[in-house]
Amino acid sequence: MRKIYNRIEEIKGNVITVRAGGIKYGELAEITSAHGKSLAEVILLDGDKVSLQVFSGGRGISTGDEVRFLSRSMMVSFSDNLMGRIFDGSGNPRDNGPALEENLIEIGGPSVNPAMRIIPRNMIRTGIPMIDLFNSLVESQKLPIFSTSGEPYNELLARIAMQAEVDLIILGGCGLKYDDYLFFKEKLEEGGSLSRSIFFVHTASDPVVECLMVPDISLAVAEKFALNGKKVLVLISDMTNFADAMKEIAITMEQVPSNRGYPGDLYSQLASRYEKAVDFEGQGSITILAVTTMPGDDVTHPVPDNTGYITEGQFYLSNGRIEPFGSLSRLKQLVNDDTRDDHRSLMDGMIKLYASYKETLEKKSMGFRMSDWDDKLLKYGDLFENELMDLSVNIPLEKALDKGWEILADCFTPEETGMRTGLTDKYWPKQ
Amino acid sequence: MATTGKVVGVNGNLVSVEFEGDVLLNEVAYVVLQEKRLKSEVIRIKGKIADMQVFEIIKGVGIGDKVEFTGNMLSVALGPGLLRQIFDGLQNPLPQLAEKCGFFLDRGVYLDSISSEKKWELTPRAKTGDTVRRGDTLGTVPEGIFEHKVMVPFNLYSTYKVKSIADKGEYTVKQQIAELEDEDGNVIPVSMVFEWPVKKAVDVYKERLKPVDPMVSQIRIIDTLFPVALGGTYCIPGPFGAGKTVLQQLTSRYADVDIVIIAACGERAGEVVETLREFPELTDPKTGKSLMERTVIICNTSSMPVAAREASVYTAVTIAEYYRQMGLNVLLLADSTSRWAQAMREMSGRLEEIPGEEAFPAYLESVIATFYERAGIVENMDGSIGSVTIGGTVSPAGGNFEEPVTQATLKVVGAFHGLSRERSDARRYPAIHPLDSWSKYAGSVNADKADFARNALFRGDEVSQMMKVVGEEGTSNEDFIQYLKGEFLDSVYLQQNAFDKVDASTSKERQKYVFDKLLLIIMSNLALSDKDEARSFFNQLRQKFLDWNGSAMDTEEFRKTEAELMDMVTNKSSEPMSDLIERFEKKFAE
Ligand SMILES: Nc1ncnc2c1ncn2[C@@H]1O[C@H](COP(=O)(O)OP(=O)(O)O)[C@@H](O)[C@H]1O
Ligand SMILES: [Mg+2]
Repeated sequence: MRKIYNRIEEIKGNVITVRAGGIKYGELAEITSAHGKSLAEVILLDGDKVSLQVFSGGRGISTGDEVRFLSRSMMVSFSDNLMGRIFDGSGNPRDNGPALEENLIEIGGPSVNPAMRIIPRNMIRTGIPMIDLFNSLVESQKLPIFSTSGEPYNELLARIAMQAEVDLIILGGCGLKYDDYLFFKEKLEEGGSLSRSIFFVHTASDPVVECLMVPDISLAVAEKFALNGKKVLVLISDMTNFADAMKEIAITMEQVPSNRGYPGDLYSQLASRYEKAVDFEGQGSITILAVTTMPGDDVTHPVPDNTGYITEGQFYLSNGRIEPFGSLSRLKQLVNDDTRDDHRSLMDGMIKLYASYKETLEKKSMGFRMSDWDDKLLKYGDLFENELMDLSVNIPLEKALDKGWEILADCFTPEETGMRTGLTDKYWPKQ
Repeated sequence: MATTGKVVGVNGNLVSVEFEGDVLLNEVAYVVLQEKRLKSEVIRIKGKIADMQVFEIIKGVGIGDKVEFTGNMLSVALGPGLLRQIFDGLQNPLPQLAEKCGFFLDRGVYLDSISSEKKWELTPRAKTGDTVRRGDTLGTVPEGIFEHKVMVPFNLYSTYKVKSIADKGEYTVKQQIAELEDEDGNVIPVSMVFEWPVKKAVDVYKERLKPVDPMVSQIRIIDTLFPVALGGTYCIPGPFGAGKTVLQQLTSRYADVDIVIIAACGERAGEVVETLREFPELTDPKTGKSLMERTVIICNTSSMPVAAREASVYTAVTIAEYYRQMGLNVLLLADSTSRWAQAMREMSGRLEEIPGEEAFPAYLESVIATFYERAGIVENMDGSIGSVTIGGTVSPAGGNFEEPVTQATLKVVGAFHGLSRERSDARRYPAIHPLDSWSKYAGSVNADKADFARNALFRGDEVSQMMKVVGEEGTSNEDFIQYLKGEFLDSVYLQQNAFDKVDASTSKERQKYVFDKLLLIIMSNLALSDKDEARSFFNQLRQKFLDWNGSAMDTEEFRKTEAELMDMVTNKSSEPMSDLIERFEKKFAE
């Protein structure tokens, strides 16, 4: 039975209210207005009052427009035909290909039973020493890239995508600038990866509600592919736009905001998306890398803050580099044990020294006299930044480790490094 | 007749129900969908409308859907077979759920928390004719390494005569093992399992005692500087990535207690997986059995339904109290209590209650206080002593401790292990801030010695602050050495490498032994002529000490490294070692 209504009682922002019976929470409706058709989703039931968020927005909707309930929730088509295709946030084609209707799957499905999860074990090599050596990326990990606007975060995302050995790349664009959308398309085309990619792109000029769908659609499709044995890498840019879209709806619905206008369930909402990252034993996996721009370069802003509590670390992008402080891969210890026996100690030792370098730099800027030790640290910091931190450096992990020892030997004596004797004996470069 | 009702409103996971008959606050009810029944809890009643939080994904619920009330408050099942289990926040066993449903958490599937098939070898302890009250032991069954007491259910409030008791033999938890007759002659059949409402503290004991004995965590900075007592409470606030979870994982492995209950509350599922995959493989040195034998995991991670998250900490603490009744020391680790508070905030927002600070409900403080009050050390009715120690992490928004959850928690706990971003950035793990943290409990290390160390850290920090203003050149050699000593103490004792087999845990004995040597070094007068020499000396000393930390006690390597270390000190000491030792002993004589 299809239920059709012709009386919209309230239009507020992107939310409309109708009186209807027998409607389910989360159900979809189709609204036909002078500007065309749009989907809408039920977000509140109060007696016979039904509130829906309209994907194409409230603008241009008339109280007399037709609302037809579809007796189903939001779904997306799933098949190999998705490969190489580009869609918008509602799942409609953005390229000139055909609309896909077959084999519809539910989005926003239940979460994985924790008892079925396995311990992540495969490192994803990127050729970027700040990742491979200091904060290894691991298959099934969920990691944001914290970034100030203006940083080359999309470039970094694209570069990791090209270099990572995965079967499938899904790009979710949330409020993506049109240029950036084209950039991704070009980059993946150049690298020959477009045919193993699927895009769900909401651009900055599209209706804001569609932005809300992007992570769920992308992840639902990723999940199906993973269950079919594929290693999937999901890239999302930018989750801050997603959070802002949620904020907008929450304010329209007059919810009590918890922190700078964001709804109290921001954490749970973000978590239910990020927790889709998983390694299905005997099947495939989902790894998530998501840009989170930090408004005002403030990592304590609610979006990066809540994200940091959810994800398994973060890459902190600033001044065109992945900063060693603030960056973290929480899963690195699961994979850096059996790479090379100096990996862990070098990783910690070099960062500790880099921290001392920063202190010295501060002292220097205040005009204090530099001791011999300070001079050593200054030299070390320079070498470290230029030969390991610079984003243009592209070397395999083993080379990066060797480079690390070279830098240390260039600057210090073995005992000044704080590294255990066993390791310095083994790896200290012999002149 | 059971009360029923129908749905009249749906707002996220808050459902309003119009009902006929009587409804209890915190009563469990089910929303009936065609194929599924969704568990819910009544959280507000207004006239004929009951507001319920639904513990499941709410999609598909509609106006007019039927609701069945159960007449029971939200409860957990207590009985043998809880240990080694992995439950969700409502005590649904996750591995069994996986067997049934596969990879995903299908909603509306509720399984027995305690297997009704498994048989337990019961030895009756009560005799026919005995007078018993709630909590008295009727019999015992072996549960792994423990003798599990089968007790008179805590919800039987009268005095009873044992009318019959089962013979020694094998029984399932559902089988009757005794009949109890109350004063009015009513006969109550009793099995090995009973239910207890989670939001009610188990109150079956003679008296509550003061927590005094330290709970050894094997983490040096905690045991030596900021100890926790058995039956005490502590909190670990810290920004993300500062090491809260790793700290709790270490504690769950190495803490010297009988039973550990891990409440993974609203944080990453992956972290629980590490525990539940690794624990069965790890042996508990104390018992020689796998660590899982002493562990219960309550797992309601961030993407699982938020209402069940709210319930999960109560499920955990109720199970902890149950084992306390058997005279065991139980440690409850909750990670993170902020997620629990946020679950309350989400519901409070939907209920349109007047919000307090940062939109948390006005009752936040009292709810947190009531939760931590469930920790304690008690003398049970049979004279045995049992304890529940609670350690909760706090995840303050923006890493700022001035926020409501941290502040409310700090008011009620006995120890504060504050993690600092600076320390974790500098990889100084565990990142417990040695100057800001505090504990009201006594530790296993002599208090004068701990104070002396704290003082050395304080002095070192003072010099370091001063040096930021006047530079190294404006600092005297003597002060500079103070600074180096503080840094030294920090890096070789307070910092501990969680991923090193030996260093990850330090026994009480080793702590005492090593700490004495360390204090000797701090007390020594060193003949170091300039700052470069001093720095280089301490660098070498540090390296030697770290090597020492990495070698197991009672090995040749341990003794050799110790001798080399002390030689280094002797060589630079301006007094003979024997004098230094004499000074040390005099200073810390009882
Ligand atoms: N004691 C420790 N020793 C070594 N590394 C640690 C330690 N504590 C934390 N870390 C590092 O920091 C990361 C984050 O720690 P975690 O406990 O997950 O932080 P939080 O729970 O506070 O967000 C870990 O994955 C690990 O790499
Ligand atoms: Mg944590």
